[in-house]
Order: sequence, then C-alpha cells, then structure tokens
Amino acid sequence: MANIKNVTKKTKAQAMGMHTEVLTGRTQQKFFNPDEAENFYYFGTYDVDFNKRTDLDVKDMTAAEANKEIDNLMSQGYGTIVIKNPQGKHSIGVGILNKLNLIFEGSLGYFGIGSCDGPTVRINGRVGWSCAENLMAGKVVIEKNAGSCFGAAIRGGDLICKGSVGARTGIDMKGGTIIIGGDAGAFTGFMMQRGRIIILGNVGINLGDSMYDGTIFVGGEIGSYGSDAVDAELTKSDQDWLKRKLKVAEIGENFNVSKMKKIVAGKKLWNYDNLEPTEKKGAI
Amino acid sequence: MCGIAGLIHRGKSSKVGHELQGMLQALKHRGEDSTGYALYGETDGKNFIMRFKVGENVGEGSTSVAEDVSVYDERKKIVDSYLAEMGAKIVKEERVLPYSLRYEIQYDKKDLLEFSQKIESIPGVEILSMGKSLEVIKDLGNAKMVCDRYNLDKLVGTHAIGHARMATESGVDIKSAHPFWGYPFSDVSVVHNGQLTNYWNNRRALENKGMRFMSECDSELIAVYLAEKMRDGASLEEGMKESLTGLDGVFTYFVATKDSLGMAKDTMAAKPLVLYESDDLVAMGSEEIAIRSILPQEIDTYDPFDGEVKVWQI
Repeated sequence: MANIKNVTKKTKAQAMGMHTEVLTGRTQQKFFNPDEAENFYYFGTYDVDFNKRTDLDVKDMTAAEANKEIDNLMSQGYGTIVIKNPQGKHSIGVGILNKLNLIFEGSLGYFGIGSCDGPTVRINGRVGWSCAENLMAGKVVIEKNAGSCFGAAIRGGDLICKGSVGARTGIDMKGGTIIIGGDAGAFTGFMMQRGRIIILGNVGINLGDSMYDGTIFVGGEIGSYGSDAVDAELTKSDQDWLKRKLKVAEIGENFNVSKMKKIVAGKKLWNYDNLEPTEKKGAI
Repeated sequence: MCGIAGLIHRGKSSKVGHELQGMLQALKHRGEDSTGYALYGETDGKNFIMRFKVGENVGEGSTSVAEDVSVYDERKKIVDSYLAEMGAKIVKEERVLPYSLRYEIQYDKKDLLEFSQKIESIPGVEILSMGKSLEVIKDLGNAKMVCDRYNLDKLVGTHAIGHARMATESGVDIKSAHPFWGYPFSDVSVVHNGQLTNYWNNRRALENKGMRFMSECDSELIAVYLAEKMRDGASLEEGMKESLTGLDGVFTYFVATKDSLGMAKDTMAAKPLVLYESDDLVAMGSEEIAIRSILPQEIDTYDPFDGEVKVWQI
C-alpha cells in the first residue's frame, strides 16, 4: 500500500526523468467537501425541459455522431429524446451527465449508456455487453435481454432488465441497484463491493464470487455459490425494500419476495467508511 | 479478439456467401488479418469438393515466405498424379488463385483419412476442406476482400459459418486462418473465438492417437478434438458437450456439418455471442451488428449462457 506521507518523495522513475508529475494520493475526504456542494456542477450540462420532445434517427450515423447530436439537442433544451433505428450500434448514449428522458426504439450493441450520471433511459429492445457501465445515478430500463457485464462497476442509480442477462452482471459494482426479471449467467456479482442485485429468475454458477460487500437477492435456483458468498437471513425490512423496489421498477410487482434468498459476503475483506460520491450528493 | 458469425436457413437455400460476407464485414473491427468462410452449397451430392492450397498468400501483412509460382505448379502436378493413383477422378478443376484450387472429384471410398494423408504428404499442400457440400475459403484480408477475390457473393446454400481473425498466437497466413476443416471427416468445419490454454497437452495426446495438425493455431485443436470424438463414435453434440471440460480456456465456437450447425460457449462465458432464432432462420455472431446486417428490422436476440451447447438442424 502506498505511504501517503511520502508521496512527495521522488520515485526512481521520476528521478530518471521518465515522468514529472507528482501524485498527491488524494483521499475521498479531500476529494469531496460538502461545503462546496452548491458549486458542484458538470461542465457541459444543460437546463432541459422534459416536455420538449424530439426524435433522432441514428440509422446512418456513427456512434460518435449520434452522441454528439444527443448533446446538441440537450443544448437546445430538449429533455425527451427518442432515438430511432439504433440497430445494435455500440457506445450510444454514453457520457450523459444530465437529467434527460432518453428512449431507444430498438436495440443497442456494446457499452450503451456508459459513464452516465442522471438520465432516465428506456430501451425497447436488447442491449449488448457492458450496458450502463459506471452508471453514477439515474434509471435505465431494458425491455428485453442484456449481454454480459451488465451494470459493470456502477456506483449508483437503478438498472433494470426485464429479460435475462449474461455473465458477470454487476461485476465490480460499487453502489446502486440492478434488477433482473429473468435469469442471470455465471459470476453474477463477481467482486461486487457495494449495492444490491435482485434476480427474480435463476442464476448461474459462482454467484457473488469474491464479493467484498453488498447484497444479492435471488428468486430462483442458484447454480453454485462463489468463494466468500454465503446465505444471510432475509429480514422483514429486506422484504419491504424488495417490494418497494420491484414496484417502482415496474417489474415483478406481485412476486413473492418472502421466498427469495439473500446472499452476502462471508468475510469482511475491506472497510468502506467513506460514502460514494453519489451517496454524498444524496445526503446533501 | 476475433469475430465469428454463422447462419442456417431451415427448409430453403439462400445466397449464404453474400449474407455471411455482410455479417463478417460488420465484425471487421474485431480483426481483419484474415477472413474465412465455410459455405454449405447446393450440390447433387455425388462428387467431393476439395478446396486446397499449394502455397501461401505472401501479400502485405503475411508472415509467409514468398515462393515462385513454378513451385505451386509443381505441387499441383504431384496432387494430380496422387489423385489418379488413388482412383480419384477430377471432374472439374478451378484454379482460383495461383496458390488456391478447387477440384470436384469422383471418389468412391468413404474413409478420407488415407486420401488426405497422401495429398498432404506433399510439402506445402494443405486440404482446406473436403466434402460433398462444404467449401472452406480463407485468405488474408477482410470479409469483402476475400469474398471479392473468390467470387463468393453468388454462392447459394443452406448454412455457413465464418471468421474474422486478429492474429494473436500464430502467424498471419492461410494455414492459421479459420475455419478449420474437421479432418478427416467430410463436411465438418469449425470457427472459434477465444484462447485455449491446454492446447499443447491436448495436441500431444491427439497426435499420439494419430490425429493431424497443420498449424500452431489453438483453434485448430477444436476441430481435431471434435473429429477424434466423432471417430470414437460420439455424436457431434456429445463431442461438443465433452469439449466444455476437455478444453481449457475461454471460447465460443461454431461447428457445422452437412445438415447441422452448433455452438458452444465455455463455462466462464468470457467470449461473446448473440443469437437470433426464428422458424426459418438462425443467425449468430460475436456482436449483434453482424445479425443486423442481414436482419435490419427489430428482432429479439439473446446471449446463450455459460457452458451452453446448442445444435440446429436444417
């Protein structure tokens, strides 16, 4: 582990002139000061009107062109954008740090809705690998199936797939909630560090393998447990939360949550005493 | 990273060469060192079609050593003489490129092992495929380049699998390109996306059992592995299911025969695959955009799960 007290000391590489920057070893306390919250903003965010709606046909656009046009429409105040003909293109709807209603009439390829903070997205089709990776806040609803690495490393927000998902759902997630209406593949919750995953159907092998923290709820059969994943008691408070969450997610509203299994980390591998940035924003 | 694609028409034929070209071209960002097609065409089923090479493409990017065309001619002559010696009659001969040939052959024996061993005993000669429906065409470049070079656009058939390759563990050459023929079984071909980590252990074991390897590409192991299982009496599906534990590493692969097409995904589910199924068409690819190239309308697709094996019949 790096010794923060000695960060100003030159490394051998720096002494040889290989690079000149001095890493400061900034901690999360230093990173976020609640007193400065009112000054917090993302560069390039827009004041949009949700009642101002437009369509965008991306059939003949590249992903970069489509994303640029979404940004352009937001800059004009459009708060509801309907994307036509996405046709499985990769990397569409990424990097949106804004409140926005984004509707896709079709399916997305890889890395759709990546690195977003704030939008409400509905995809009336399927998504490929790594949908909504690094989501900070917002809500993403997929009406059909999703590929592997669904919700990888998300830190907040609600990610809902009404169909089934591939392997490694919620890998490395650090917050937020993932809800799956169908089945989930192998290594679901692999190395998850926080947040919750709800699977109404069956789940594959190695569930919650090497999970640090967080909670997984499963309604169906479990292929096998991963290393460090263990059963826990499903409390009344868990059931109430599950009911609320499934109702808000418009999925499995009548599902019998009392029979769900609750899986948590069997060992305390790390301490997470600091709030995630999204949680801090919520606390403010 | 490589890309694989496949399609199977149920109960009808279509321009599978053109369709597969579109699917593989959509995946060209996954690799365009070489592209290969295994096309199952419409034939009367009487004669064998032998696709073989007498040399390598030594164009830009190739890791092969250049040879004079006269060397190819000499090898071709020996192939012709060996065929005559074995009682195989050449019905139709096509020299598509100086190093690449297509023969239609009248040959009555069913066991192709001895036949293949004889032909491939000629240094520099490799049978790319042998079958009554299957034709394996593979060369350097992306899908469109290979399709144009071999005039595959108009080829009509029932099913096909293909591969867009980014060379990682073996050379940029035709011998390492996919698909691999399931030597010595007629009409069997394989494409693979992934890495096999127990390649050498399996290869040594299979070579000890008399199986043949032409390249050092780990993907070839799948074709040989399945061929050995089938030689021992297993069905294609049984062989594929055994491969989930017999092969170590990460993989998604397709295998095709004269009347079926199958897929297998490793237990880690580390390699992508998207599937579309309807009553008359099954299409699959590493990415959905491959399927979209032939089905632009809104469709329902899904990812097969870890350790899943599926086989479709025509």
